[in-house]
Amino acid sequence: MENEPSHAPDHDTAHHVNKHVKGYLMVGGLLLFCTALTVFLSYVNFGTQKANIVVAMALATFKAGCVAAIFMHLKSEKWTIYRFLLITAIFATGLFLLTALAFHDPIRLNF
Amino acid sequence: METSTAIHSHDPHGPHGHGGHEEHHALGFWRTYVFSTDHKMIGIQYGITGLCFLFFGFCLMMVMRWQLAYPGQALPFIGKLLANVVRNDGMNAGGVPGVMTADFYNSLGAMHGTIMVFLGIVPVAFAAFGNYVVPLQIGAPDMTFPKINMASFHSFWVGGLIMLVSFFCPTGPAKSGWTSYSPLADLADQSTNVIFNGQTLWILGMVFLITSSLLGAVNFVTTIIQLRAPGMTWMRMPFFCWVQLITAFILLLAFPPLEAASFMQLMDRVFGTSFFLPHGVTLNSHLVNVAGGGSPLLWQHLFWFLAHPEVYVLILPGLGIIAEVLTNNTRRPMWGYKAAVFAALGIGFLSFIVWAHHMYLTGMGAAVSTFFQTTTILISVPSVIILTCLLLSLWGGSIRFTVPMLFATAFLPEFGIGGLTGIPLAFNSTDLYLHDTYYIIAHFHYIVAPGTIFAIFAGVYYWYPKASGRMMNEFWGKVHFWGTMVCMNIVFFPMFLQGMAGMHRRGFDGGATYDLNKPVIHWNTTISHAAWTMGAFQLIFIFNFFWSMKFGKKVGNNPWNSTTLEWSAPSPPPHGNFLEPVAIYRGPYEYSVPGHPVDFIPQCDPQGPRTDAGAHGH
Amino acid sequence: MEIPYTVSARPDTGLYNAKIGIWLFLASEVMLFGGLFSAYVFLRIGAQPGYWPHGLLNVPVGTFNTAVLIASSVTVVLAWASLKMRQFAQYKIWMGITILCGLLFLIVKLTYEWPAKFHHFGVFIKKEALAKYEPYLGNNYLEAKGLPERVEITGDVEDEAALKDDTAKTYVFKAIDAVNAEPINPESDRPTFLPRPLVEKKVVIDKADVDYASMFYPRHSAYFSAYFLITGLHGLHVLGGLIVFTYFWLPVGANLYKRNPEHLANRIEVAGLFWHFVDLVWIFVFPLFYLL
Repeated sequence: MENEPSHAPDHDTAHHVNKHVKGYLMVGGLLLFCTALTVFLSYVNFGTQKANIVVAMALATFKAGCVAAIFMHLKSEKWTIYRFLLITAIFATGLFLLTALAFHDPIRLNF
Repeated sequence: METSTAIHSHDPHGPHGHGGHEEHHALGFWRTYVFSTDHKMIGIQYGITGLCFLFFGFCLMMVMRWQLAYPGQALPFIGKLLANVVRNDGMNAGGVPGVMTADFYNSLGAMHGTIMVFLGIVPVAFAAFGNYVVPLQIGAPDMTFPKINMASFHSFWVGGLIMLVSFFCPTGPAKSGWTSYSPLADLADQSTNVIFNGQTLWILGMVFLITSSLLGAVNFVTTIIQLRAPGMTWMRMPFFCWVQLITAFILLLAFPPLEAASFMQLMDRVFGTSFFLPHGVTLNSHLVNVAGGGSPLLWQHLFWFLAHPEVYVLILPGLGIIAEVLTNNTRRPMWGYKAAVFAALGIGFLSFIVWAHHMYLTGMGAAVSTFFQTTTILISVPSVIILTCLLLSLWGGSIRFTVPMLFATAFLPEFGIGGLTGIPLAFNSTDLYLHDTYYIIAHFHYIVAPGTIFAIFAGVYYWYPKASGRMMNEFWGKVHFWGTMVCMNIVFFPMFLQGMAGMHRRGFDGGATYDLNKPVIHWNTTISHAAWTMGAFQLIFIFNFFWSMKFGKKVGNNPWNSTTLEWSAPSPPPHGNFLEPVAIYRGPYEYSVPGHPVDFIPQCDPQGPRTDAGAHGH
Repeated sequence: MEIPYTVSARPDTGLYNAKIGIWLFLASEVMLFGGLFSAYVFLRIGAQPGYWPHGLLNVPVGTFNTAVLIASSVTVVLAWASLKMRQFAQYKIWMGITILCGLLFLIVKLTYEWPAKFHHFGVFIKKEALAKYEPYLGNNYLEAKGLPERVEITGDVEDEAALKDDTAKTYVFKAIDAVNAEPINPESDRPTFLPRPLVEKKVVIDKADVDYASMFYPRHSAYFSAYFLITGLHGLHVLGGLIVFTYFWLPVGANLYKRNPEHLANRIEVAGLFWHFVDLVWIFVFPLFYLL
């Protein structure tokens, strides 16, 4: 029963999806704009190299968020999937931060 | 209520169908035994291949033990044969046949570790038992992705083949430890102009093995989430399935950073990059011609980020098997099922943030060392909780010492010794002394050898009748057990003494160079003889395994009178597993329920009380 | 024998099997690229001054590739939407465009970007010899301005084959990059959007003054090692995605659509999720390597 072919379009889903098509195109346009913005801002001097990095990464995170939330439907996804991603985020962050801590906090010899 | 299996529907063009109407034996030899998508066949494929690799890795160790007991002496009989077969004069040191070179000793050590961990334990304890038993225990017709399951097995044996092929490279196989630390692992075997040398093939083999594990992990998690039969709630799931779920998650998330690091090490070796090479590295007194700027410690972090969770991958399935065998042979429910489940989840999580306790000697400062000490000591708590639950599961039981039960009972104190001896290693102060000594070898072997391997033996003897419809011979099973049990402890206990004296773990000469080893060096011969004796006892197991396939006592569905779902299917189960749709009414360990005429109630039996696993208050 | 929940969702989780499967796989990919990006950060932080180059990659081309990939992300979700709305012809169009975009991305990378690098040469000058090559490095000017020093001279060599000759005592450039030809021109202070043309100039460098020299291969520097590894692995993922898309664009897709259109829609959704992840990775790769 679960896997039977459905030949007639599932009306609810079809309408639902149709509403979103315009949204996909708009987000696509937004992403292209943000790309151009990222390139432009990288040639603006924000003071230090670190500041430029922060600006670029903030924009990249926003773009990635759009792709994830809207193209990958994460905005309306199920709790099971969120759980996987939350755990992954914790471990990926842990890998980076703890390794950074180890590099940042070595034994320093004061001969 | 959804039906769990569509046994009665015929969809010849169904997405995972292979034609729908045929039974699997009409598929022909190749589709049945080689390119099977049936989880039971894949489980058996993993099991037999993995057991073969376990035995091969054991043989590598037996050769190493000769060198440790009789350094510099020619290995009799086999030595001459090996002198002709082993490349680079590995067993022909100084032109004397049968004498081992230091390089070959290092290769044996590196490959013994790699093969036992990645080609032996994980494929057998996780993939073999998991593939065979988990779908049956949750009432599923197969895994969610049968073709990906098949792909994971084929990726596994290809990786294993690459590892074996590396033995025939001109400079021998990998020789930089199973840990493959840079800069040595970046530069080893670079003297030849052969691109596919042993050390490089090690990396390629690892990539295939990692791929296999990732594919398998996706399958396990999805199957356990999606294909539990109606009534199989999370808290009615056998403990074995819980640990397999957690193990799959660990593999899924911990392996990729090692894969990343493996690509980097591969590029260092083949393309001359310096991911892990700092400025100024010299090789044979010449500066290595690389850009430099890399970090050897980066390899260690990425490696141990996998390798620490990996050790929990090695033990968790074992704990699951023991839980199944113990409950069945004590005829009582598992003590503290809920606590054990949450403890296992805790282990799964914590295992990701303890890795740098393998790196206490790399010059990490106080802050980061304190962090890792704390999390490492924390993780001992859930481990003790699980062991305590298993121990208390004996209390008040009606114990019958079948062969699986012998192994399961022995597992408990042995795993206890292994776990407790880890405590001094968790603190960086005591680890400073014990790191890289034989103490470490004894500690982890107690957990994996009389730990997981005993669990594997228990699992083989226990589930053999389900897979084959016949029992293994009980007398020879008991002989196998006692011989292995006694030898195990003679092999590994003295290593604690050697380690505490300070004997280094990778000494090719058995520690002869250093005076501090003098009081404990005599143990080498005892250990070696015990190891060879243990090898002989495994021959009994191998013979029993194959002999029983044809001549073992025939049995029906449930020879052990067990409650879990796999025993409600035929022995062996047909394609699709269950003859009728399955539903679950109670927890997994309803043994000796007061007032019930029989001392066990199968999970799927519609007669009898409805419960959860924790219903009896323990 | 059929596996339940292959097409329709399991009631309590609300998900069909492949969706869980692909998200689990993507979680592992996050760890994979997370490990690689972490390595990038540590290598960059740990690099000696002057040994982490900037402005060596072609930004307009990289921007173009980024736009192509973003466009393909849009078209793949439109392909999926077409299937959900049972418009098979539309699906084929959108999927076809997606495949073409992906191919374009790979072609630009493999026929233009990478080969251009492989024919460029760089020489890192030893600290002691920096003063000698001041006309090409301009470090006095940079120090006065508070900018990091320059230690590398880059350009096209006269004879690539001669580089393999160990007996040669010098490296000979036939053209050098604008930043080395005009080191004290303020335009050379920072990377520019449009690549500046090479300046034809013969420059001879003594090997004794050289710390390290290499074509722009992975071995050139930690920067290029990381660049080629990450973009290479990313490229392999693009290729994998294209293979899957092509498979479903071929008659196989039409056959599955006839049997069970929702099943095909699910498969395209799952493949699309993978593709979006690949796009996501590139969204970070582009600024980290091309712009910063």
